[in-house]
Amino acid sequence: MDAKGHALQRLIDRVMEARHSKSALDIRGGGTKCFYGNAPRGDVLDVRELSGITSYEPTELVVTALAGTPLAELEAALADRGQCLPFEPPRFGAAGTVGGMVAAGLAGPARASVGPLRDFVLGVSMLNGMGETLTFGGQVMKNVAGYDVSRLVAGSMGILGILCELSLKVMPVLPASRTLCFDFDEAAALKQLNRWAGETLPVNASSWHQGQLFVRLAGAKAAVSCVQQRSGGREIEPHAAGSWWSDIRDHRHPFFAVTDTDLERGESLWRLSVPDTAPPISLPGEQFVEWGGAQRWLRSTAPALHIRSAAAEVGGHATLLRAADKSPGVFTTLTQPLMDIHKRLKQSFDPVGIFNPGRLYPEL
Amino acid sequence: MNGATLSSERAARQKQLVSILAQLLPTRCILFRAEDTLAYECDALTAYRQVPLVVAIPETEAQVAAVLKACHALNVPIVARGAGTGLSGGALPHSMGVSLSLAKFNTILKVDPVARTAVVQCGVRNLAISEAAAPHGLYYAPDPSSQIACTIGGNVAENSGGVHCLKYGLTLHNVLRVRALTVDGEAIEFGSAALDTAGLDLMPLIVGSEGMLAVIIEVTVKLLPRPVLARCIMASFATVESAGAAVAAVIAAGIIPAGLELMDKRMTAAAEDFVHAGYDLDAAAILLCESDGTAEEVEEEIQRAIDVLNANGATRIEISRDEKQRLKFWSGRKNAFPASGRMSPDYMCMDSTIPRKRLAEMLRAIEAMEGKYALRCVNVFHAGDGNLHPLILFDANDPEELRRCELFGAEILEASINLGGTVTGEHGVGVEKLNSMCVQFSAAERAQMMAVKSAFDPAGLLNPGKVIPSLQRCAEYGKMHVHRGMLQFPDLPRF
Repeated sequence: MDAKGHALQRLIDRVMEARHSKSALDIRGGGTKCFYGNAPRGDVLDVRELSGITSYEPTELVVTALAGTPLAELEAALADRGQCLPFEPPRFGAAGTVGGMVAAGLAGPARASVGPLRDFVLGVSMLNGMGETLTFGGQVMKNVAGYDVSRLVAGSMGILGILCELSLKVMPVLPASRTLCFDFDEAAALKQLNRWAGETLPVNASSWHQGQLFVRLAGAKAAVSCVQQRSGGREIEPHAAGSWWSDIRDHRHPFFAVTDTDLERGESLWRLSVPDTAPPISLPGEQFVEWGGAQRWLRSTAPALHIRSAAAEVGGHATLLRAADKSPGVFTTLTQPLMDIHKRLKQSFDPVGIFNPGRLYPEL
Repeated sequence: MNGATLSSERAARQKQLVSILAQLLPTRCILFRAEDTLAYECDALTAYRQVPLVVAIPETEAQVAAVLKACHALNVPIVARGAGTGLSGGALPHSMGVSLSLAKFNTILKVDPVARTAVVQCGVRNLAISEAAAPHGLYYAPDPSSQIACTIGGNVAENSGGVHCLKYGLTLHNVLRVRALTVDGEAIEFGSAALDTAGLDLMPLIVGSEGMLAVIIEVTVKLLPRPVLARCIMASFATVESAGAAVAAVIAAGIIPAGLELMDKRMTAAAEDFVHAGYDLDAAAILLCESDGTAEEVEEEIQRAIDVLNANGATRIEISRDEKQRLKFWSGRKNAFPASGRMSPDYMCMDSTIPRKRLAEMLRAIEAMEGKYALRCVNVFHAGDGNLHPLILFDANDPEELRRCELFGAEILEASINLGGTVTGEHGVGVEKLNSMCVQFSAAERAQMMAVKSAFDPAGLLNPGKVIPSLQRCAEYGKMHVHRGMLQFPDLPRF
């Protein structure tokens, strides 16, 4: 048995043990996203022994990596060949892993234009609660053989099983990129973003905060420079633009710096996911808009109920990212038919309930 | 099987069902006489036929819910059905079940040009969405070749693709929200008008669920701005190896064409004979490489693609001058199937995906199989995403040819798995590929898939017997005769 086989066997042993003793496992990679979701509980199960890129074929646009592979290592390997994970997974620390990235399902500034993380998951090998190694999906772009479990695990917060190996679709880095800045109030910025989205403009990312709209154009060289001439706006120097977008992606922008003092005085960081055509949402606190209007970050002391109903009113939902008190629930409550399906899915993958219990919803 | 030969059990069940449904639906919405239900005995995979006990054609969501509740109470299987253009028998009726036709749900509820979305009922045809969006300069990207007939509900059920998947994705990537009814008739929504929803992302299960998880009623799709310009390169190659290498090189150069299609020599000849597109008949393979976007983008991408194709041994290159010529280039590819129909009394269409780099290897393997089974095979490939559609030519009236054809098809699928691919890229498993699922997935994997179905449909009444083969079936596979089907309506463009 090779190193990977041994590491896998050790994980299987831990699963069987936990299953036998009905004890919870806190599946963990680099631990950079412990703050996300409901509080982890159970014995820490470090999966970083399963590390390394298994195969990478640039001409196939596919990379396969073990779940414990550092995200930074994967992205560096892709960059060497002029490719990338176009959904820009956030890094909340240097130790983040590929498995953690998929389990959390988060995406960065380009998400509205390139699609969510789950669209880039092609295949998964995982351990279910019976200690069985299961493989779903594969390493090809088009695959409709059976249910698409490989994409179900994206954003599942580890409640369905231990992700062991992932095949991801990668894309070429776009040939040209430019960032422009405009002065707009929020309502005007949202209108402008909706209008641009309906045209064939290479808008790849956007942000609005305190009267400034930043737009990143990316695509063919000619297309990017042509838009710049047409749309006006101040060009941001490339290096500064790069930091701007990565600071938003990784929550290093000062807006996201919610200190312990802020938390103590009742301030929370929320993520509102709403239709991109929703008008400015009137809530106490400060907002930061991304994804062409579809993602609105909020720092507020308003009660959870108030924030959630404001999001629901425009057809969206609100997630509590950082707060001193997460008792209102991190994720928006599901309708009963959806929760019934969630419970039965959890039961089917993890009958004893050993994997990340409560991390997504207390009842799962 | 028809009314005259209904077993007493079926006859009693049918009588009971008709009387119950008659309380829920107008009489015009219930079909049960053999002459009426016969039209529903199969989908486009005509080798499998089964007359349903009853066909229900409800007109409102409340009626669908009522039918589901009634069937649930009586433990009667339900097979939902759109236009019946599916190619894997996914809509094959159940002998003791109700076929639920959603044909009357054909209203486009809303086209929102600002949000770039359309809300449509499940029975709306794929092409009708793009037609309704056209006045706003928008369109719905996935374009399965049966798009004039197939419905969006069916597209969601099958996760349909088309020739533009590489750049624009499959149905999954272009759907925001699905409204459905559960097996017991409760309304449920997956996704929303926002980009994500709380909880597990169930959309990838619903899209591609082949009618086994819920009954799809309404769909919100994304609309894209129609590209200002599209141009197509037609490149000839002297060997399939060099064509395959050129495909890899295009991708390696960082180009994601809007379409990247390959036709082998025999297919090219058949297509040329049929549509006179001006194809190069001396080439061993032809690549169609399309670029779309703004005029600037297209110009830049076309030039880069030409450089790569030339560097990889293209023997002839032609670029579409105008829209008319671009459509001409595509006409042969789009008519690959009817063109094949002229070469042979019957053909069997395969659908599998392999890694792009194995493309030439696969074509050589198929060539060898032609000798082994003494049958001809022509090949069209969605080369950009490795999805191949070999068409095996045979005569269905010759049982011996049919048998060889089935073995040929099974060998192609197993070769696809061995090359690192999958047994279906876009047509679905249905009943056609149940045996191949035994090869591709372990017993534990199949059991987990069955458990996923049960999470949505604990009673096991939604399209039972499709997609996931039973343990027993897999045990018997190899001993039993492998059935596979032929296309109905060969003149309808597909793929």
